[in-house]
Amino acid sequence: MKSIAELDEIRKKTLAQISLRSNENGLRVIVGMATCGIAAGARPVMKAFMEEINKRKLQNITVSMTGCIGACRLEPIVDIIDNDGNKVTYVKMTPEKAERVVLEHLVNGKVCADLTIGAEEAKK
Amino acid sequence: MRDLSLHILDIVQNSINAKATSITVSMEQRYTAVQRKKILELKIGDNGTGIDHQLLGRVEDPFITTRTTRKVGLGIPLLKESAKKCEGSFYVKSHKNVGTEISAAFSINHIDRLPIGDVGETMITLILSNPQIRFILFLTSEKGNFRLDTEEAAKSFKGVTGTEYEYINWLKEFIDDGIKNIFGGVLNEVDS
Repeated sequence: MKSIAELDEIRKKTLAQISLRSNENGLRVIVGMATCGIAAGARPVMKAFMEEINKRKLQNITVSMTGCIGACRLEPIVDIIDNDGNKVTYVKMTPEKAERVVLEHLVNGKVCADLTIGAEEAKK
Repeated sequence: MRDLSLHILDIVQNSINAKATSITVSMEQRYTAVQRKKILELKIGDNGTGIDHQLLGRVEDPFITTRTTRKVGLGIPLLKESAKKCEGSFYVKSHKNVGTEISAAFSINHIDRLPIGDVGETMITLILSNPQIRFILFLTSEKGNFRLDTEEAAKSFKGVTGTEYEYINWLKEFIDDGIKNIFGGVLNEVDS
């Protein structure tokens, strides 16, 4: 069984890496995590973002959650906000789409236009 | 909701919105002599703003919500429904400015009881997004107890922010271990 004491080891390892980072110019990934989002599968989407960001060792990106935005039929919804306050809203997310967004948007800075709320609403 | 861990994630959002600084999630498996059955009781307690007396009587109504973005509030009614459909029980206790406690008990051997689900993932999702909140997780059964207090864990991890991936990953494994040891072999099920 694991014990809290193990954390000390991990701490020593991570401390060395952290000193290299700064928290400026951060992108924020915000996942809608109210009843509607959770029921639609927001938790696996958030997990996919966390894992992909760490797999690719991306710095200065925070993943967090928010409540209901009011467009429950389009959940899971993910907002990506850059340091200038520009917001891109992705709708009907899945873990697979999350991987794509990390690669194209977060790494290469190219918005996945076909997954945004604008593209979804235009379908009607 | 597909499993209990999603219910936990959902109900804890209420606590976070109520500005709680400490949230306790406890799951206890026990035998009740009165009802002659094994139950799993899930309790979520917080020290948030609490629910005033007038609203408390109506929180189980799906058409009651304090939010402004939509007119329905399904978190509590859905959990109540999940408990009721497996002959369980449900209550909400709250004191204004003291905190709120929600309890849902499930009859373990009932065919309609939801599986526990991935409690570890629910907890790390919450901890990662709300590093300023103290989360306590209790698991109890006849096999023993498990306890995780993020304040204690953060102390052992001092100097490093609580959102580091290695730290979160370790917590996840720690909780998964706890679920396995306390609730039995199959991670997603309660040993019955």
